[in-house]
Amino acid sequence: MAPMTLSDTTVALTDAEVAAIRSDFPALDARVNGHPLAYLDSGATAQRPLAVLDRERAFLLESNAAVHRGAHTLAGDATEAFEDARHTVAQFIGAGDDEVVWTANATDALNLVAHAFTAANRPGAVPDERLALRPGDEIVVTEAEHHANLIPWQQVAAATGATLRFVPVDDDGVWTMVDAAAVLTPRTRIIAVAHVSNVTGYTAPVAQLVAAAKELGAITVLDACQSAPHRPLDLGALGVDFAAFSSHKMLGPTGIGVLYGRQPLLDALPPFRTGGSMISTVTMESAEFLPAPQRFEAGTQPVSQAVALAEAVRYLDRVGLDRIEAREHELTTRMVDGLTGMPGIRLVGPRVGEQRTGIAAFDVAGVHAHDVGQLLDARGIAVRVGHHCAQPLHRRLGLTATTRASLYLYSTTDEVDRMLDAVSGVRAYFGAR
Amino acid sequence: MSDDLSAMYQELILDHSRRRVGQRTLEAADASHHELNPTCGDEITLQVTAGAATGAVGELAWHGNGCSISMASASILAELAADRPGTDLRPLIDEFRTMMHSRGRGEPDDSALGDAVVFHGTSKYVMRVKCAMLAWVALEKCLDALPAGPAATADA
Repeated sequence: MAPMTLSDTTVALTDAEVAAIRSDFPALDARVNGHPLAYLDSGATAQRPLAVLDRERAFLLESNAAVHRGAHTLAGDATEAFEDARHTVAQFIGAGDDEVVWTANATDALNLVAHAFTAANRPGAVPDERLALRPGDEIVVTEAEHHANLIPWQQVAAATGATLRFVPVDDDGVWTMVDAAAVLTPRTRIIAVAHVSNVTGYTAPVAQLVAAAKELGAITVLDACQSAPHRPLDLGALGVDFAAFSSHKMLGPTGIGVLYGRQPLLDALPPFRTGGSMISTVTMESAEFLPAPQRFEAGTQPVSQAVALAEAVRYLDRVGLDRIEAREHELTTRMVDGLTGMPGIRLVGPRVGEQRTGIAAFDVAGVHAHDVGQLLDARGIAVRVGHHCAQPLHRRLGLTATTRASLYLYSTTDEVDRMLDAVSGVRAYFGAR
Repeated sequence: MSDDLSAMYQELILDHSRRRVGQRTLEAADASHHELNPTCGDEITLQVTAGAATGAVGELAWHGNGCSISMASASILAELAADRPGTDLRPLIDEFRTMMHSRGRGEPDDSALGDAVVFHGTSKYVMRVKCAMLAWVALEKCLDALPAGPAATADA
């Protein structure tokens, strides 16, 4: 990328800087249906800069080998690159190296934690007291969760006899600590919430929630998919017990994600998958498991993906997450203001301010989200349509599907304005009354 | 607006998406099927009464929620079924499916498909094929659930 000297770290990225950033993302130069692409779907998956693609290719050309096995030179190089990548990502989120587990993606990471609870509490087992779930114990999520942070907990509840409870949201899809406090009880053992909602963009009051959880002795699980790519994140300081996020939403490759687990709690978790690379001693009858993170990394790992993710993290660090956050806040405000004033448009989520990050999902009265998305696509504007893996939230809002525009560091004012202009013409095009 | 978009959202489709022919509930259906598109949550419940021959229906009714393509497709299907009493609808479903999988290539047979040819433009958009197919798949499931008619008995 173009070298960037970012002296003032509190100022939003400027248009010129964003233009320089965009030159690192050739995918953004595409023309779609005769128009320049306006990629407003980074909440689903982000585009990747050349530096990330180049790094993965260089690794595969120069250092590719199996990691944590073999003694030849390439095996050593690959293992070093793999563990260096872990260190880079750990630094990025305020974690220790032994608190970062590679997973396939965030869904996989959340399943790892959930299944560990099920395994710890299987019939006949004597669970670590921190992981014990007894009938009548409660797992708390919110009504706004992505299915990936809901269904695994439904499964844990079904397997252990624990009760799944949820923090209800209001008509905008927003919940507060007051709502959460009404649901938390001394029986609450796990609290699992999205840091930033993938539909409303609402930022959860995590610090307060962690404080409440600590008072109750409950474990906190943070779905950081929509926060880790967009704002500075210090999970150690935040005090959550577990967190999950995906590489492909933060300029990295698909096929790799991260589970953060606070030590020594992470070491108390039983393994989810078993097999090679996660054991110390194996007999025909039994096995001893390695400590975390290797305990959770059975089988061949996504090595080049880990190396590329670390490069993505370095890229984000160079630009500065605080400056990205400030820039996205400006563009989010522009989107929210534009959509709020538009006849027949119902924006979900908090109105403005610090509570919303980079996402605007909305309903167009009388026009289905698929049709909205199709019209926008005809103008080269890529948005997400559907329930965004959050059916209960949509049901609560009285909607089946919404249209969602989501931003990233490369998004421009022009792209937002093109989206707003196209949306303003949707109802007339479809003859909505 | 681009030509591709108008090729997809033809006036007939927009009109049917609002009129919704056959959107009602049958008091006594012989078969009923609920079809859901899990990616977007669009859904249709389609009901039929048995017709005089295998693959034919007496009455066809539906209700559902979804995009203009899925709603218009159900509406046009209801109109075609009403126009073809006593006719085996399976060849029509097969013809429609073939067109929807054509990726916009070839010329659809409008003598067989009637107004349903209007979805030829939609077939270019792979992400929308499922929308157009929703009601048709539901009808197929209903036909499967109907007792074999006199024609099938004669063949057997």
